[in-house]
Amino acid sequence: MTDVTVFGNPAVPTKGKSLLALDERTRRRNNAEARFRLMGKIAVAIGIVALIGLLLSILSNGLSSFQQTYITLNVNLDAAVLDKAGDRKPENIAKVSTFGYAPLIEKALRDAMAQKGIAVDGMNAKAAAELISKEAPADLRRFVLADPSVIGQTHSFDLLAAGRIDGYYKGRVTMESAKLDRNTSPEQLMLADKLKEAGILTTRFNWSFFTAPDASDTRPEAAGLGIAVIGSAYMMLIVFVLSLPIGVAASIYLEEFAPQNRFTDLIEVNISNLAAVPSIVFGILGLAVLINFFGLPQSAPVVGGLVLTLMTLPTIIIATRAALKAVPPSIRDAALGVGASKMQSIFHHVLPLAMPGILTGTIIGLARALGETAPLLLIGMVAFVREYPAGPPDGFFDPASALPVQVYNWTQRGDPAFVERASGAIIVLLVFLILMNLVAIILRRRFERRW
Amino acid sequence: MDVGFIILILAVLAALGHVVGRRRALALAAKSGVKLHSLPGYYGQTVALFTAVPAFVVLVAWLFVQPGIVESRVSGMIPDSVIPEGGARSLVMSDVRRIAGGLDAVLARDGQRGADVPIEALDFNNIRGRLAEVGVALGGDVPSEVFEAAKAFRENSRTGNLMMTVVVLAVAVVLGMLAYRRIEPELRARNISESFVKSLLLGASLVAILTTIGIVGSLIVETFEFFQRYPAQDFFFSTVWNPQFRGGSDLGILPLLWGTFYVSIISLIVAVPLGLLIAVYLSEYAGPATRGIVKPAIEVLAGIPTIVYGLFALVTVGPFLRDWLAQPLGLGTSSSSVLTAGLVMGIMIIPFVSSLSDDIINAVPQALRDGSYGLGATQSETIRQVVLPAALPGIVGAILLAASRAIGETMIVVLGAGAAAKLDLNPFEAMTTVTVKIVSQLTGDTEFGSPETLVAFALGLTLFVITLGLNVLALYIVRKYREQYE
Repeated sequence: MTDVTVFGNPAVPTKGKSLLALDERTRRRNNAEARFRLMGKIAVAIGIVALIGLLLSILSNGLSSFQQTYITLNVNLDAAVLDKAGDRKPENIAKVSTFGYAPLIEKALRDAMAQKGIAVDGMNAKAAAELISKEAPADLRRFVLADPSVIGQTHSFDLLAAGRIDGYYKGRVTMESAKLDRNTSPEQLMLADKLKEAGILTTRFNWSFFTAPDASDTRPEAAGLGIAVIGSAYMMLIVFVLSLPIGVAASIYLEEFAPQNRFTDLIEVNISNLAAVPSIVFGILGLAVLINFFGLPQSAPVVGGLVLTLMTLPTIIIATRAALKAVPPSIRDAALGVGASKMQSIFHHVLPLAMPGILTGTIIGLARALGETAPLLLIGMVAFVREYPAGPPDGFFDPASALPVQVYNWTQRGDPAFVERASGAIIVLLVFLILMNLVAIILRRRFERRW
Repeated sequence: MDVGFIILILAVLAALGHVVGRRRALALAAKSGVKLHSLPGYYGQTVALFTAVPAFVVLVAWLFVQPGIVESRVSGMIPDSVIPEGGARSLVMSDVRRIAGGLDAVLARDGQRGADVPIEALDFNNIRGRLAEVGVALGGDVPSEVFEAAKAFRENSRTGNLMMTVVVLAVAVVLGMLAYRRIEPELRARNISESFVKSLLLGASLVAILTTIGIVGSLIVETFEFFQRYPAQDFFFSTVWNPQFRGGSDLGILPLLWGTFYVSIISLIVAVPLGLLIAVYLSEYAGPATRGIVKPAIEVLAGIPTIVYGLFALVTVGPFLRDWLAQPLGLGTSSSSVLTAGLVMGIMIIPFVSSLSDDIINAVPQALRDGSYGLGATQSETIRQVVLPAALPGIVGAILLAASRAIGETMIVVLGAGAAAKLDLNPFEAMTTVTVKIVSQLTGDTEFGSPETLVAFALGLTLFVITLGLNVLALYIVRKYREQYE
C-alpha cells in the first residue's frame, strides 16, 4: 500500500547532492535578490548624481561672476568739457550727458597706450575704446555729480571692461568666437592681452555684483544684485513679521482651543489644501486682489511679502502644530493642576517649550519663500528697476526686484554673459538658503527636547 | 500722518493703558478693601487690548479700502475725451498718480528750501518744469483735466489720511477709556482678556479661509468676465492657441493641457521608479549610517528653488539633449523641449515620491514581513509580493501628490519647455503648459480688460481645480490607508 508513493517521489533529483550546493531555482532567486538590491543602489546613486550635477552645473557657470575685469586709467576730468560755464553749479554739470564723458575715457586710454607703447595693427582709437564698458561713462558721471569739486583734476578710475573682454578672461569668448562676433574682434582681444601685461587691465573680486543695480541688455558686465537683495530682504522681513504671529496664533487655536466640529474641520482641510495649491495661483491672488482691487503698487515688496506670507502660512501652521503636539500633556496637566488657566498654561509653559520647533518650521518656510519665483512674476517684480528702494517702511512700497526673479530676468536676455550672472545670482541665493537651513538645524540640535 | 507713526502711537497708548489700568485696579482694591478677582496685570492687559486691537483693525481696513475709493472718485473726473485712442483709463490714472506724487515731491522740496508755496499757486503752466526738476517727467502733453484730477487725487488722499488718523486714534482712545472706566475689583479681568485673546487666535486661523475665499473668488469673478468676452466652448474644446494683440485671438486650452500632461507624465516616468526604489532601498536595505546621509541628500532636492532647476534645464540639460539626442536622431533642433522639462522636473519630484513612500513602507506592520520570511521568501520577494502591495494605496497617494506638484510647477517649464502651443507627440519639440501661459499672458503688455489677459484667470481656475482634485483624492487615499493599519 504505502509502497505506491515511492514511484512518484519528486524529491529524488537532490539525492547525492549537498544541502549547501544551491539548486538552480535558489540561485535564480538569490540573483533576483542581488539585482533588486543593485537597482535600489543605482536609484540612490542617480538621485545623488543628479543633485551633484545640478550644483556643479550652477557652480561652474556662476563662480566666474564673482570675478570682474577692470581697466585702470587716469582720467582727466576736463573742466572745458564737463563744466563749460565754469561755475561748478550742479545744474549745469548735470546737463553734460554720458556722451560728454565718453571722449574723456577714450583719451585716457589713448594716453595710457601711448605711454606704455602698446599698439595693435589695424585698430583705430574707437575700436580700442570699445574695450571699456558703456557703463563706465555713466559711473564717471555719477562720481562727478556726487562731488563737482573733482572737475579739472586727474583721477585714477577702475573702469569696467566690456562684457566680451570680461568673457575672454573667463573662457567664454575665444579668438575663434571673436572672429564671428559683431561686438568684438580678435584685435581687441590682443589689445586686452597687452593691456593685461602692462598691468592696466586686471581681474579681481567683483564687489559690485552684490551692490550694483541691474543693467541694460547690452551691459551684462555692470549688472548686479543690489536691488534684488534689498527687495528679497524686505519681503522676508514682511513674511517673518506677519507669518510668525499669525501662524502661531492659528496653530494655538486649532491645536488647543478649537472644538471638534464642522467649522474646525473646514479650517483644517483648508490649510492642508492651501499647502498644496500651486504657487502661481497665489500670484494670481496677489494680482487680482492686492493690486487690482486694493490698488497696491506693482513690483512693490509689500505685495510680494503679503503673497509669500499667505503662501508660507500653511507650512508654518503645520510645523507649529507638530511642535505644540510634541509637548507632552503632563506639562499642561501640571500647569492646570497648580491653578493656571488654560491660556496661562499655554502661553507660559507649552509655547516656550515648543518655540525651537516653531522657529525651525518658520525658518524653513522662509527659506522656501525666499526661493519662490512664479507668484512674484505675476505681481510685476520682473520690471526693470534701477532705483534703489527707500529705507523701510516707505521702501516697502517702492519698486524692487527679488533674487529669484532677477535670475529669471537675466535668463531672458540675449547676451550669454547673463547666463553667468544668473548662475552667480543663484549661488548667492543658495548661500542664503544654506545659511537659513543651518540656523534651523542648529536650533533644532541645541534646543529640541526629547520627552 | 505716516502709518508707521500711527502704529507707534497705538503701541504707546496701549502701553500707557496697561500701566494706568493696572494702577487703577490696585488703587480701587486698596480703597474698597475688596480682593481683586484677577492678577492686577490682567486689568492692564484688558485696557491695552481694547485700546490697540480694534484701532489697529480699523487702520488696516482703512488702508486697504481708501485707495480704491479715492481712485473711483478721481477716475470719475476724467472725461472720456481725454483718454487717448486705444488707450485705457487705467493708464491715465497711473499718470494721475505720478503727477500727484510729483506734486508732493515739489512741495516737500520747496518746503525744505524755506519757500512756502501754497498748493493753489501750482497751476498747470508752471508745474511742468517743477515736476521735471524733481524727476517726474511728464509725457507728451498732459491735458489740464488730468492735472486737475491729479490735484484732486492728492487732496482726496490727504483728507483720507487725515480722517484715518483721527478715526483710528479716536477708536483707540474711546475704547481704551471705556475699558478703563469698567475696572473695578470684582471685574473678571482675566476671563475678559483671555476670551479677547482667544478670539484673536480664532481670527488668525480664519486667515487660511480668507485666503481660499480670495483665491476662489478672484479666479471665478475674472473667469466669468472672460467667458463674457470669449465663448466657453471655444476655450475648452478648441485645439488652437494663438493670442493676438489686436483681438481675434484663438484661446483654446487643449494644446496647453496636452503640454502640461505630457511634461508631467515624463516627469512621473522619471520620478516614480527612482523614488520608489530609493524609498524601498532606504527603508528595507540601508543601514542607519547610509540612511542618515542619503535621506537628507535626497530631500535637499525638494528644498532647492525651482528657478535653479529651471536654469539647469535651460543651460545644461536642454543643450545636452539637443546636441546628443535630438539632432543626431533628426527629431528636432530646439533646446527647450518637453523632454528637457520633464527630465528636470522628474529630478525635482523624486523626493516627493520617495519621502512619502518611505513613511508608508515603514508603516507596513513588521508582522507581514516576518510571516513572509517565515515561509522562506527572500527579502526582495517579500518587498515585491507583500510590502509593496500592502503599501500600494499610500504609494498611489504619494504619486498623485507628486503629479499635482508637477502640474502646478511653473519655473522649470517656463525656462525648459518652450512657449509654442502644439499638439504633438515628439518629446523633443518645444511645447507649452498652462502655467507658462499664465505667466506670459499676465506679464505681457496687453490691456487688463482684454480676453487675452483674462484668459489667464480661466487657466488659473482650471489649474486650481485639477490640482485641488488630485490633492483631495490623494489625501483621502493616504488617510484611508493609515486607518487600515492603525
